[in-house]
Amino acid sequence: MATGAAAAPRVRRFSFVDAFLWAFRLAVVVVVVWGTVGTLRLGRYTAEQWKDFFVFGLAQGGIYALIALGYTMVYGILRMINFAHGEVFMSGAYTAYFVAAPLAASGFLNRHPLASLVILLAVSAAVSTAIAVLVERVAYRPLRRAPRLVPLITAIGASFFLQYAFRGLYGSGFRAYPEFELFKGEWEILGVGILRTQAVVLVSAAALMLALYQFVMRTKAGKAMRAVSEDKDAAALMGIDVDRIIVLTFAIGGAAAGAAGILYALVFKQVHFFMGFVPGIKAFTSAVLGGIGNIPGAMLGGMFLGVVESVGPALFLDGLGIPAPYQLKDVIAFIMLVMVLIFRPQGILGERLAGKRA
Amino acid sequence: MSQVKTARPLPNTLRYQGGLSMRNTKAVWLALLALAVAGASLTVGYAAPVRVGPVTDDWGVVRVARGQPIILAYWLVVAGPDASLGVDSRRGIEIAIDDKKTVAGHPIRLIGEDTGCNAEGGQTAATKLAANRQIVAAVGSSCSSEAVPGAPILCKAGIVTVSPSNTAPRLTDPKRGPEYACYLRTAHNDLVQGRAAAMFVYHVLGLRRAATIHDGSPYAEGLANVFADVFKRLGGTITSQEAVSPTDTDMRPVLTRIAAGRPQLIYYPIFIAAGGHITRQAKEVSGLENVRLMSADGTFSPDFWKAAGEAAKGMYNSSPDLSVEALGPRYQQFLQKHQRKYGERPLSAFHAHAYDAAMMIFAAIEKVARKDAQGNTYIGRKALRDALFATRNFPGITGNLTCNPFGDCADPKIAVYQTISADPAKWNPGTDPKKLWSMPRQ
Repeated sequence: MATGAAAAPRVRRFSFVDAFLWAFRLAVVVVVVWGTVGTLRLGRYTAEQWKDFFVFGLAQGGIYALIALGYTMVYGILRMINFAHGEVFMSGAYTAYFVAAPLAASGFLNRHPLASLVILLAVSAAVSTAIAVLVERVAYRPLRRAPRLVPLITAIGASFFLQYAFRGLYGSGFRAYPEFELFKGEWEILGVGILRTQAVVLVSAAALMLALYQFVMRTKAGKAMRAVSEDKDAAALMGIDVDRIIVLTFAIGGAAAGAAGILYALVFKQVHFFMGFVPGIKAFTSAVLGGIGNIPGAMLGGMFLGVVESVGPALFLDGLGIPAPYQLKDVIAFIMLVMVLIFRPQGILGERLAGKRA
Repeated sequence: MSQVKTARPLPNTLRYQGGLSMRNTKAVWLALLALAVAGASLTVGYAAPVRVGPVTDDWGVVRVARGQPIILAYWLVVAGPDASLGVDSRRGIEIAIDDKKTVAGHPIRLIGEDTGCNAEGGQTAATKLAANRQIVAAVGSSCSSEAVPGAPILCKAGIVTVSPSNTAPRLTDPKRGPEYACYLRTAHNDLVQGRAAAMFVYHVLGLRRAATIHDGSPYAEGLANVFADVFKRLGGTITSQEAVSPTDTDMRPVLTRIAAGRPQLIYYPIFIAAGGHITRQAKEVSGLENVRLMSADGTFSPDFWKAAGEAAKGMYNSSPDLSVEALGPRYQQFLQKHQRKYGERPLSAFHAHAYDAAMMIFAAIEKVARKDAQGNTYIGRKALRDALFATRNFPGITGNLTCNPFGDCADPKIAVYQTISADPAKWNPGTDPKKLWSMPRQ
C-alpha cells in the first residue's frame, strides 16, 4: 500500500477472489429468494404460525442480546473478547436456583411472584457481577499490557475454570427451575397471543437494555466509559481512573448476564454447569453481527440472530425441500455471521475503527 | 492493541509471530513423526501372533501377576446432564464385581473414563483406555454416538468391549466392518425397540398420524427412522421427520413446524436435556395442545422428570422391560443389593444389562485364562474376544444371552411405560411410570 505510488501504475483487475465473493453473494441471494418463494407457495404455515416463529425468535434474541451486551462493552473498552462471559451468565442463573427452590417450596414464589422475580434477579446479577469482576482482576488485569492473544487464552482458561468449579460446587446433573404460576399460559397483547414467559422476557430485556443505554449515554460514569473506550491514555490524562472504569464495565456486563440468566431460566427451566457455552457463543455472534463495541448493535444483533434462527429454517429451507430444516439453524446463523464478516466486517451498526484503536 | 506503548508495537508483534512460525513448525514435524512411529508400531504389533508365557495370541496377551487384580474398565457417561445413564450402568458393574468377587483367582479392579454422551468424549475415553495395556476388557459405551468413533480405537488396541446401553442398529449391522470386531452389546438393538414403539402407537393407542424428532446422534436417528418405517408400513402417516441439536434449548420453532402437519403423537427418542425442553415446550405451541408425547429409553430416568417437570405427565416411554414378571426373581435380588449399596432405586434402565455385560466378560475370561507355574495369569486378547462372541444361552438377569456374529447378545424385552406423577421421588418403573404394554415375544 505504502509503496503503491512508486510502483508501475497498476489497474485493479477483477480478481478471482472478487469473482468468488460475487458468486457467493449471488448464491446466497438465490437460495434465500428461491427458498422463500417456495415456502410461501407451499403454504404449509398459517399467518398465526409465522407470528409464533417471530415471537419465539424475539424472546430468544432478547436473551442473546443481554449476554451480548457484556461482550460488546468489554470489547469496546479493552479490545478483547471475554470468552468467560458465557460462564458469568451460567454462574448467576445456577446460583439463583438455590434461592428459587426454597422460595418455591415455601410457597412464597407463587404468593409474591413479582417480589420473587426481583429477588432472583438481584441474586443472579450480584453473583454474576462478582464473578465477572473477579475474572477481570485475576485473569485480565495482570495481562493488560501483554500481546493480544494472551488475554484471549486466559479467557478460555477462565471459562473452563468456572465451568468445572461450578460442576464441583453444584454437581454435574442439571436442576429444574420452579415454575411461576403467574407466568403460565398466554396473554393477549394487541390481539395476538403471546406466551407469558416470553412477554416477561421481552419486556425485561428491553427495559434493561434501555436502562443500560441511558446509563452509558447520560451519566458521568457512562461518559467516562465512552472516553476510555475512545482512548485510554487521553482518558487517564483527563483524570479518569481507567482501572475503575474497566471494573465498572465488567460489573455492568456481568449484571446484564446475570439478569439474562434468570430470564433464560424462566423460559427454559433447566440449569447446569455447561449451560453458558452455547448461549455465550451465540451472544458473541450477535455482538459481532451488530457491530462489536457498539451497544445498540449488540441489542439489534441479538434480536436479529434470534429471529433468523427461529424463522430462517422454515422460511428459507422448507421451500428447497430440505428435510428436517431445524437441525440447520446454526448453519443459517453462522453463514450469516460469515456474510457479515466478509461484506461488512464492522457489523450492522458498527463504524470503521480509526487506525489507532484498531 | 497498542493502546499505551504505541512507541514499540512492531518488534513486539514480530517477535511473537516469529516464535509461532519457526519453532512450532519444527515441533509439528516432530509430533507428526512421533505419531507416525506410534501408529506404525501399533499396526505392526498385531500383525504377528504374540507369545507371552503359555499363551499365543494374534491381538496380544495381558499378563496378570499373581495376587494382582484383573482390570476391567468402563467408558460410560458418568458426568454432565446425561450422567444418570452411565452411573446406572456403572452401579450394575459394581454389583457384578461384588457378586463375582474373583475371576480366575484374581480380585477385580474397575477403572473408567467419562464419555460425555458425544462422539468426542467417546473418542477421548477410548484413547485413554487403549493406552493402558493392563486393561483386559471394557464395558461401554453409554451412548451410541460415543461407540461409533470409540469402539474402533479399542479394537485396534485389542480390548474387547461390551456395551450395556448402545442401541443404534448400525453398531451391530452385518455391514459394520472389521474395525468393530471387538464390539458386543447386551442392550437391545433399536430395530426391536423402534418396531415395538410403532406397534404400540398404531395398534394400542390407535393413532394414525405421528411426527418424529431426532438429535443427530446415531441412537436417536436410528430409532426415529425405524419407528417411521414401521409406522408407515403398518399404514400410518408420518407428518414430518425433524431434527434438533442436542444443545438446543428453544424447541418452539421446530415444534411449530411440526404443528403444521397436525400429528396426533410426537416421537422423540433423544436424551434428557433436549428431551426435557421438547416436553416442556410442546404444550405451549398452538396446535399441539392435545398431541401425545412419546420418547424412548434415553429419557427413561427420574432425572428426565426433573428436566421436564409436570409437563411429563401422561407421556409414554419405550424401554427395556424391567418388571419382575419379565426378568424373574434374580432381578428382585439385584434390586435389593442395589438398594443396600446405594440407598436408592436404579437411576436408569441399563443397570441389569451392565451387570450381564460384566458377568459375560468374567465368564469368558475364566474360559481363556491360562496360568503358569508361578500362578501368574495370561489372557489372550483375541481368544477373549472369540470366547465372548461364542457366548450361548448365558443365564443373565435380562434373559438368556446368545451373541450373534455381529455382537448382538441381547434377549430383548421391550415395554411401554406411561408417566403418572412426574415426581422424581416417586420413580418406580412398573407402577410410576406405569407399565402399559409389553412387546409380544417373537
